[in-house]
Amino acid sequence: MRAFLLFLCLACAAFTGFVYTSEGPRTEAAPSPAALAGIQLWQDKNCQSCHQLYGLGGYMGPDLTNVARKGDQYMSSFLKSGTERMPNFQLSESEIERICAFLHWVDQSGSARVSADAVHWTGSYIIKP
Amino acid sequence: MRPLHRLLVGFSLALLTLTLLVGTISAFAFLFPEASNRSIPFYMLRPMHVSAALFWIITGAVSGILIYLPKVYPFAQPSPRVERSFVLLWLSTIGVIFTAYAFKKFGGREYWAFPPWLGIPLLVAWVCLLVVYFRAWRSRSDSPLYVWMWTTGVVAFLATFLEQNLYHIPWFRMSFLRELTVQWKSNGAMVGAWNQMIYGTALFLMVRISGDEKLAKSRSAFFFYFLGLTNLMFNWGHHIYNLPTNHWIRHIAYAITMTEWILLVNIIRGFRAKLASDRKYHYQLPYRFLAASEYWVLANLVLALFMSIPAINRYTHGTHITVAHAMGATIGINTMILLASFGYALKIDRLGSALRKNIAKYFVLVQVFLVIFWLALISAGVLKAWRETVLGMNSFDEIMRPVRVVLYLFAIAGVGLFFSMLPIIRAYWLALKQLGQGAKNVSHNTIQQPMEEQPN
Repeated sequence: MRAFLLFLCLACAAFTGFVYTSEGPRTEAAPSPAALAGIQLWQDKNCQSCHQLYGLGGYMGPDLTNVARKGDQYMSSFLKSGTERMPNFQLSESEIERICAFLHWVDQSGSARVSADAVHWTGSYIIKP
Repeated sequence: MRPLHRLLVGFSLALLTLTLLVGTISAFAFLFPEASNRSIPFYMLRPMHVSAALFWIITGAVSGILIYLPKVYPFAQPSPRVERSFVLLWLSTIGVIFTAYAFKKFGGREYWAFPPWLGIPLLVAWVCLLVVYFRAWRSRSDSPLYVWMWTTGVVAFLATFLEQNLYHIPWFRMSFLRELTVQWKSNGAMVGAWNQMIYGTALFLMVRISGDEKLAKSRSAFFFYFLGLTNLMFNWGHHIYNLPTNHWIRHIAYAITMTEWILLVNIIRGFRAKLASDRKYHYQLPYRFLAASEYWVLANLVLALFMSIPAINRYTHGTHITVAHAMGATIGINTMILLASFGYALKIDRLGSALRKNIAKYFVLVQVFLVIFWLALISAGVLKAWRETVLGMNSFDEIMRPVRVVLYLFAIAGVGLFFSMLPIIRAYWLALKQLGQGAKNVSHNTIQQPMEEQPN
């Protein structure tokens, strides 16, 4: 049993190494300094409490993975004054720009919705870049 | 029970109360955000609820291990100072975390939404716990399975906690997909880690209640332990099926998760024996909580297995079905086992008959409200999946309009759950108090006796 446990631990370590270092099918651009600052703001304001990225996060508001496709003006209007459901966070212009830069970067990483064509006969997905 | 352990149990029960209270308020804040935004907005309530639930489970699991470890290793070297350091550091950090939330200071990560520097005292506290655990632990070839599970749990928690914090290294942030993959790799495995601690305690209790040591030494029990461990290490990918990462991450997670059908078949096969043992030990209150957790394991396993098929996950991901699974597991399985564990440690079967009857009565109510709560979440999820993925609606407000109606039922069931759990928690508090008074009397007598004998 101990040998099997050791084998499992080694397999897990190797698997972890692959997960960390392997490049995905999609080439991602490195985040801009504004996008990096946007990540920090996203976390400081606890945005994931209400919003999802790739379906992960809270369900109060919509998934924002691809919201950047609607344009900066669309995103800014929500960020500036909030809505009935979303509080106004009193963000400055530069803070709004940073969050928009972050959401643009997220959008470039892929699509939140998996198309029906991606479903393989085995039940798994084959998501094309 | 030692005073330090009583403190841990009392603190855990306070966290459970807080979880239920904030969870109930959060449900209404979700439905009526305009009103809650003026006082406590949802983005403050959710991390409070999640953190309270998470710390209730982890602190409760650790309490069980620390209380039962001396029963497994009666001659082990105790480490009272290190143990006290763990308890004080762990509890005070949790206190600071809730204070940070009250001042709107967040770290913004799922599960760990507090400012990241607070991870340092938690890490130090966990290292202290490992010192306490491994000073007592003895490597034996015939160690019962619950010891294997506890050991796996405490070590895996440390590993996943460290992994969860890798995002502080800039390289992990250079790719959004890598960052999210590693975050959910660690989150998924961390759930497996605390499940090992809690299921270990459940097995320990089953052995103690039935007196059958074979339960923790059989080959099949070890087979299912290794199955669980394999899933802990490799099945986390089902959280991120729709991320455009490497296909093999998805395929491995899918293949490994499907091995849990074996577990489901085993539960169904053992159902008749389970019903017989339910009748045999029904009079014992801790056993009832354990038995309830097994039914919830069955229900949540069925749900989890279907959700883990990517073709089905395409519909369920990002819906309240995921919440049903998370809450069904934390309340139905983890909380039931922890209440069994505390009930056994606090000797609730020795409470007065009125209190025992009360626990039994409210136990039934908890199960009823939990079923309604769980089904309402699944219904809300199905409705959202239908409108979003099948009908292809794009407007979030349009998708959510009928879903919110179903969530009223969920919120009402949540209120019912809160008020039916309160009398149980109160009875546990009374048992804890009685135990404390008993311990005081014992120590008082042991101090007084020699003094009374002095004149002779």
